Amino acid sequence: MNVLLDNFSDFRAGFIGTLSITAISTVIALVLGVIIAGFRVSPVPPLRFFGTAWVTLLRNTPLTLLFLVATFVVPLVFFPGMSAYVLASLALGLYTSSFVCEAIRSGISTVPLGQAEAARSLGMSFSQTLRLIVLPQATRTVIPPLSSIIIALTKNSAIAGAFSVTELFGWQKALSDQGYAIVPIFLWVALGYLVITFAISGVFRLLERRLEVAR
Amino acid sequence: MSASVLYDAPGPKAVVRNRIYTVVGSVAVVALIVFAVLRLKDKGQLESAMWDIFNYSGIRQNIVDAIVATLKAFGLAAVGSLVLGVVLVVGRLSDHRPVRWVAATFIELFRSIPLLITIYAIWVGFLPNDSMWALAIGLSVYNGCVQAEVLRAGINSVPAGQREAAYALGLSKTQVMMSVLMPQAVRAMLPTIISQLVVTLKDTSLGYIILYPELLQTARLIASNTQVNGDYPYVPTIIVIGTIYVSMCLLLAGLATWIEKRGRRAKTGIDVAPAAPPAPTDLSA
Repeated sequence: MNVLLDNFSDFRAGFIGTLSITAISTVIALVLGVIIAGFRVSPVPPLRFFGTAWVTLLRNTPLTLLFLVATFVVPLVFFPGMSAYVLASLALGLYTSSFVCEAIRSGISTVPLGQAEAARSLGMSFSQTLRLIVLPQATRTVIPPLSSIIIALTKNSAIAGAFSVTELFGWQKALSDQGYAIVPIFLWVALGYLVITFAISGVFRLLERRLEVAR
Repeated sequence: MSASVLYDAPGPKAVVRNRIYTVVGSVAVVALIVFAVLRLKDKGQLESAMWDIFNYSGIRQNIVDAIVATLKAFGLAAVGSLVLGVVLVVGRLSDHRPVRWVAATFIELFRSIPLLITIYAIWVGFLPNDSMWALAIGLSVYNGCVQAEVLRAGINSVPAGQREAAYALGLSKTQVMMSVLMPQAVRAMLPTIISQLVVTLKDTSLGYIILYPELLQTARLIASNTQVNGDYPYVPTIIVIGTIYVSMCLLLAGLATWIEKRGRRAKTGIDVAPAAPPAPTDLSA
């Protein structure tokens, strides 16, 4: 108990850090995931190739390696002054975008064939078909896998703590370096993550119920 | 829905437009790559001296040791997680409520805590001098929980008749589980089990954070201990080590795909003879 009460402001900072890095990388992952999924089904062959390469490369790279690249290589090439927080959210968001893309692609394949055919026979272009007809219907099947992807993202955000971003793992590391017993720290950090992951699965269950239609 | 349903076969105009998109997109990607390469060249990361470090036998030996260390942790974690997965799923499906409850709590708890937190706690709290075992145990605990859920799905997918038939033959509970349900569950779930093993292999990279000398930690050590022209060869080492990592994961993932395809092709299951059509009964009689 003492561990938490003595260091409550740090714990709160860590908790909020985890929340904010999760939120930002979720946004990056969702936006990029949808775009790359669009690339993977697009009529332009190089775009499809780009999408496939993106997914294969990012899915088979350990996240820690991406963090290393973000910390040591990206500042050399692009903007030198980027903060660890921005770099970590980018690494996490890019990594997760490949999983989001795959989830959306399999969601697209569950939309009945007739929908896209009808859209095309109405004269809609590829982007109109995808944007107005297929993706909205795919949303419903994509929600459950997205929920587990975002929970995985929350858990993966712990790695950012090892690259000097303020979040819950950083708190655990700092306090165990100060000599506090590890088991209570572990339990409090676990509780923090449990709160976030339960909240996410709650939100998604709500979404699922709201989007449910009788078929 | 196959992708081609989403668009018409391109006509002459669309072909031209697609070509324009192709050219513009390729130019943009190439420009980005060229920009990155030029910037790296400016920083001196692409000079031959930087890459020459991989010709030193010491550094080569380091990389080989690191691959062995990664594979050692992976091997221990793979065996550990599979064994733990079987134990947990048997507990989870047990007839005794306390056993079921303990297994379910264990699975839920360790599945929802970040792996890194678990590994770090084991390392600091219990095995401060043995980061390899801390990594292997942490990986086993987390992936064991995931494998248990995978196996549970597999066992639930075995038709109920299999179990009933086994009980009817007088097999004990253990025999039913181990010689009837588990083999079929493993067979059904093999692709998923192997892709979880790929995740396990990727997660050995968390050893970086508890200073276990696996590939990434070695990369950092090489890069920060070797000074070339007053600069550190971060980019070359990350490129070399990253390639090794990605190819190991791709190999294992390729194995999973191969097994999945093979399983789909081979139909070794016993085909039940189709029931004969009901004999035509003469209703008029």
